[in-house]
Amino acid sequence: MVFVWSFVIGGLICVVGQLLLDVGKLTPGHTLSILVVGGAILDGFGLYEPLIDFAGAGATVPITSFGNSLVHGALEEAEKHGLIGVVTGMFEVTSSGISAAIIFGMIGAILFKPKGE
Amino acid sequence: MSQQSSNYKDYEQSVEPKRPLLKNCIKAFIIGGLICVFGQAISTTYMYFFNFTEETVGNPTTATLIFITMLLTGFGIYDRIAQFAGAGTAVPVTGFGNAVISAAIEHRTEGFVQGVGGNMFKLAGSVILFGVFSAFVIALIKTLFSYWSGM
Repeated sequence: MVFVWSFVIGGLICVVGQLLLDVGKLTPGHTLSILVVGGAILDGFGLYEPLIDFAGAGATVPITSFGNSLVHGALEEAEKHGLIGVVTGMFEVTSSGISAAIIFGMIGAILFKPKGE
Repeated sequence: MSQQSSNYKDYEQSVEPKRPLLKNCIKAFIIGGLICVFGQAISTTYMYFFNFTEETVGNPTTATLIFITMLLTGFGIYDRIAQFAGAGTAVPVTGFGNAVISAAIEHRTEGFVQGVGGNMFKLAGSVILFGVFSAFVIALIKTLFSYWSGM
């Protein structure tokens, strides 16, 4: 069942992005930034975690979850170490997206040649 | 002259293709949904064969998806899917990976330090910036709020 909901919720988040692109006439950069901030705000109100329980990867794969886990890491660390944790805990939960992008970006740059199109 | 240019504008508007909104949304829904289902399949596999819980499985899933994105980007397949799917490939984390990896590959000719290192986050940088800064503001507000209400 979680497969069905991950399809539906993940698809719907992508439709929101498509609407921002087509109706809002925003650039992809603006669209993705808005979605990340949206995910962070949803987690601020405690609404993103229930969505993950409900839709699994449908909520964790879209870029909105990046904002969610940034807030999550910051709050967890803030609980342990006080206010400074807001800064230090930021990447506690969500390190893998960025580190994977950097590592595979470098490997990709070594392995592949740019396509001239 | 102005008569002519206004005629031209009318003409231009009449031939400009309308954005097929519904069609684009359906494409984004299906491709985006499929990428998420694929991510779910990876998550389920990791939870079944390795000792990941539902909370910790997000990170290895993301890394695996970005690894696959590297291959698809390098062979030029991702761009073709992206042209079809629009936001369906941009919004999932694979779109973030694609932005980083394609910038890295593209600027390789300028050298690894100035080219790859300097341009890697050219497109994806704004996502990190606004994600981190908004998370900072939100977490700060929440933490301060809990101090005041919990004293």
